[in-house]
Amino acid sequence: MSTLNKLGLAEARDALRKGETTSKELTEACLSAIEGAGALNAFVHHTPEIALERAAAADARLKAGDAPAMCGLPIGIKDLFCTKGVPSQAASRILEGFKPEYESTVTQNLADAGAVMLGKLNMDEFAMGSSTETSVYGNAVNPWRRAGEDTPLTPGGSSGGSAAAVAADLCLAATGTDTGGSIRQPAALTGRVGIKPTYGRCSRWGVVAFASSLDQAGPMTKSVRDAAIMLEAMCSYDPKDSTSANLAVPNFEAALTGDMRGKKIGIPKEYRMDGMPDAIEKLWQDGIAMMKDAGAEIVDISLPHTKYALPAYYVIAPAEASSNLARYDGVRYGHRAKLDAGDGITEMYEKTRAEGFGAEVQRRVMIGTYVLSAGFYDAYYNRARRVRTLIKKDFDDAFAAGIDCILTPATPSAAFGLGEMTDADPIKMYLNDVFTVTVNLAGLPGIVVPTATDAQGLPLGLQLIGKPWEEADLLSSAYALEQAAGFVAKPDKWW
Amino acid sequence: MSIDEHTAARVAKLARIKVEPEALGALAQEFNTILGFIEQLAEVDIEGVEPMTSVTPQNLTRRADVVADGDMQDAILKNAPDAREGFFAVPKVVE
Repeated sequence: MSTLNKLGLAEARDALRKGETTSKELTEACLSAIEGAGALNAFVHHTPEIALERAAAADARLKAGDAPAMCGLPIGIKDLFCTKGVPSQAASRILEGFKPEYESTVTQNLADAGAVMLGKLNMDEFAMGSSTETSVYGNAVNPWRRAGEDTPLTPGGSSGGSAAAVAADLCLAATGTDTGGSIRQPAALTGRVGIKPTYGRCSRWGVVAFASSLDQAGPMTKSVRDAAIMLEAMCSYDPKDSTSANLAVPNFEAALTGDMRGKKIGIPKEYRMDGMPDAIEKLWQDGIAMMKDAGAEIVDISLPHTKYALPAYYVIAPAEASSNLARYDGVRYGHRAKLDAGDGITEMYEKTRAEGFGAEVQRRVMIGTYVLSAGFYDAYYNRARRVRTLIKKDFDDAFAAGIDCILTPATPSAAFGLGEMTDADPIKMYLNDVFTVTVNLAGLPGIVVPTATDAQGLPLGLQLIGKPWEEADLLSSAYALEQAAGFVAKPDKWW
Repeated sequence: MSIDEHTAARVAKLARIKVEPEALGALAQEFNTILGFIEQLAEVDIEGVEPMTSVTPQNLTRRADVVADGDMQDAILKNAPDAREGFFAVPKVVE
């Protein structure tokens, strides 16, 4: 059996350019890995015909010497991205049967760069969740297990299908999206790399909207180099997204020097949470030592409004979601409830949305509706937006004082068991994003790199937070961390 | 500030999501848990702080007021649960 699916993007690209393999072989290796991995429930819509067609086109381009960055590289696409003629339903029942007549800018950019789409990946419904358990397709499963146990673990969320697929080598890399940590948390729980770029770097056009002021797409990959390659292919200025940044996209891969000399790494004291597990504290201290050994200067910093990030997020994100999800009315696309005699248009809306949205989505839409309703708008929504200004200012002040990037843990724990949080109150699940959500509120780039395993053999990751538009520098720091950590552990294949 | 079943019903109505009467109690309870968590924001001194409207300091760009695309009625109606004679069809709105 071929092991080409185990390659990363850079290795596969180099092998393709040297003529050592073909896109067809790479693609077939991934398709066969996907076929054997039904137990992970990572791929939820399979597109082998499209994949083989694109692989053939890529091989022709390679032969002709026209091989852009991602040419011939098979990847998975999160179900949140609209892909022409292919189901794109944000893991929601309300978009059942929806096949977009258009392609998202990010997936178009990837296709233009020669990437091969293998299929669509599982996720939390509308990207609302941290475990993929809110998916209409059922949860995805983490390829990692605790040593000596067969308890099924979550791959994290919302991009849990993407994380599981990349961790299990079902594809070379995958797209994710990140509104509060949805790329970085699952990357950390599966021992992979995930980067959320600066808000505005990747076009949001054609990406099913959750919270428009926070949503950003990014790659989930097997290495920092792969993240650099794929991020560059995803980014572009797009007039169809009014918040897209009209800035040149640097050559991220060329910036990967890993040279930390003269760089200042900030360590925010507010990220040392009460009750933080020893394993996470040790992970963080080890990461600090690695950065110091690499030549960076370590500086203690303060981001005083950190503890208010999650509560602010749980006002702003549901508020924007309640507005964005108003479009699901059973009229233009997706599910419409069966109506009883005499039902009018209001009953159609109410029944359609009750049937089409899962419990967590309903909860967030209604919270959003409440915080935006007359009488509460100032007390909740405007207050949260003012706190958001302060959260961003904390970062601005740190960077203005000369900090180049900030090192924090990625998650409060390793992957937890599926179903473990079912009976907990929603806040407990929300706490998964405690280290990542500040980055979305401040619009900053953040990357997660796996650096160690815990006592049970599960991967743990660290997060680096960069200055706006300085992804190149951030990736280089992440590269240094990756080199120092030398994380090579892989899950044992049980699926 | 505590949410009762009456308020929960009103929010569900505003959100156009049908919630069965017997589910309102549990829903109100969930709202209270989440709003209790959000309450922490009241501790923050926000005097003189502007609400954030854009996370990056950029102005929205303008474009020329011209038709850029169109003539795609079939594509637009293609995913509709009920489309007839070139229109989206919905239950009767006016008597």
